[in-house]
Amino acid sequence: MKFALFGGAAAGALLASQVAFAAPEVKIDGSSTVYPVTEAVAEEFQKAKKGAVRVTVGISGTGGGFKKFCRGETDISNASRPILAQEMEACKNAGIDYIELPVAFDALTVAVSPKNNLISEITVDELKKIWEPAAQGKITNWKQIRPEFPDMKLNLYGAGSDSGTFDYFTEAVVGKAKASRGDYTASEDDNVLVQGISGDPQALGYVPFAYVHENPGKLKPLKVVDPQTGKAVAPSMETVIDGTYQPLSRPIFIYVNRKSADRPEVKEFVEFYLTKGAELAQEVGYTPLPAEAYKVAMDRFAARKTGTAFGGHPEVGMKIMDLLARELKS
Amino acid sequence: MASLSPSISIEATGSGVADIRANVARRRRWDVLFAAFGLLATSVGVITLLALFIDLLIDGYHRLTPDFFLSFPSRRASEAGILSAWVGTCLVMLVTAVVGVPIAVSAGIYLEEYAPKNWVTTLIEINVSNLAAVPSIVYGLLALGLFVYALGFGQSVLSAGLTLALMIMPVIVVATREAVRAVPHAIREAAYAAGATRWQVTRDHVLPYSVPGIATGVIIGLARAIGETAPLITIGALTFIAYLPDPPLSTTPPYVSFDWLWSGFTVLPIQMFNWVSRPGTAFHANAAAAGIVIVVLTLLMNAFAIYLRYRLRKKINW
Repeated sequence: MKFALFGGAAAGALLASQVAFAAPEVKIDGSSTVYPVTEAVAEEFQKAKKGAVRVTVGISGTGGGFKKFCRGETDISNASRPILAQEMEACKNAGIDYIELPVAFDALTVAVSPKNNLISEITVDELKKIWEPAAQGKITNWKQIRPEFPDMKLNLYGAGSDSGTFDYFTEAVVGKAKASRGDYTASEDDNVLVQGISGDPQALGYVPFAYVHENPGKLKPLKVVDPQTGKAVAPSMETVIDGTYQPLSRPIFIYVNRKSADRPEVKEFVEFYLTKGAELAQEVGYTPLPAEAYKVAMDRFAARKTGTAFGGHPEVGMKIMDLLARELKS
Repeated sequence: MASLSPSISIEATGSGVADIRANVARRRRWDVLFAAFGLLATSVGVITLLALFIDLLIDGYHRLTPDFFLSFPSRRASEAGILSAWVGTCLVMLVTAVVGVPIAVSAGIYLEEYAPKNWVTTLIEINVSNLAAVPSIVYGLLALGLFVYALGFGQSVLSAGLTLALMIMPVIVVATREAVRAVPHAIREAAYAAGATRWQVTRDHVLPYSVPGIATGVIIGLARAIGETAPLITIGALTFIAYLPDPPLSTTPPYVSFDWLWSGFTVLPIQMFNWVSRPGTAFHANAAAAGIVIVVLTLLMNAFAIYLRYRLRKKINW
């Protein structure tokens, strides 16, 4: 009886759908940060192709995505950071060449509760003092951030250690990826952090910019002082695009398998991504690259230039056009 | 009991009666106290579940439109639906049931009716009981190595179904054994006395009588599998998939196709998990709606198990 129940439901559902045929497939996996952008592009692409091409997107994290990519299981890998040395090695051993294409910006926002009137800007040094591993159990009061602050308990909220946000924040602030104090409210789910910071006047935390954008009025984003220019800059689409919101903004990437790029469906998908990416990224709360960056990326893809602009380690605070002008290494 | 039954020697003295009344009153108090505690303990579970479910309903019920069931995932929360997720769940559960149930039920019957009682079977028994308590992620890791890579099934409906089948088999084995054990020995002995073989005894007597218990175990196992996320993420379930697997039946020869077994998939809990972690509250309503669908599916399966047990038990008369 139970077979009849399940079998009937499944068979009914499938019969109801139009008879499918073996359509060409574009397989994508990787970062959860890049996922919303790629999902939007995949959705529009499938609509434009009227279902003639199947696009699948998984969420394995940037690292998990590269593992599959370098085994040749996926055509495109979503990455919220550049490919690392050991991943380059794995791809090389498997004979997989890749084309590195930045597709949007991801910015991190340091935020406090709207009820907090003490602070409106913060320096990277102050952030480092708060978040470095040595601060654990020691920096627990607002007074310790700046002497003029009142004697008030400091409640910290941040990304969980499995998240790309955590990697990037620690890299940009502490100087070493994954180096962070552990005694703070950590969650992989940024909505939890938004809720926590929003209601707690003693809170300070960091969340991806998209979450500030989607929750207007719930958070008070802080200006961050760029250590190179000494200017305090508020996070916004404009400051991220013109590269002045530093160091907490970074480009996010897709990596395309060089061999897959010869398949017409993958080629069309990537071209669609670079054409419609700006508009769709903005729609899902991300910051698009400047228009000329998509042009340069398109040229790079058309010329099938493989390799990475990074030496296998993440970097902080570079301008997108400088990045695109760099020599590629593999 | 003894103190409550009338006794001649106590009736003779007035103070004895008062003592007994006090004694009885004290015991009654404890009785009432425990009943109250028991009621409280029961309601903690029920009320928590109810509160969660009502919360889901408030957040998600307005999304439960036909379109929600017939749409693929989308970047726009109001257009996103669970079509690929619920079809995926049904297909994965189909594989799980077809593969897991016959094997687990056979194993349970073998262990109870056929297996000699020696240290090997004892070892197997202990292992099966332990396996029922192994965290599901461990099955995911095993399946990633075995089904996805070693056997080359890939990130497919087949791999997912087999993984969940492995996961629920110990539960079904244990339930089967208990159901079989509950069949009175006199019935087996009567059949043996009439010259039946062991298989005849099992097929004609033990199995029909133990079906209610086995069915309960099967459905509890499947209800557990339907909400599983961790092992499926491990073996590479997809998150965005906007097409359905090839249909198993078609109007052109050869009419039956098994291509869907090799298809990529997503399932309801994964779709829900993805929506929960999205920025913006619009997606959270979708997640709540998907949650309602999962809870209702699970409740329906359990209700079906209870109904089945009730119907089949009525047929048993020994």
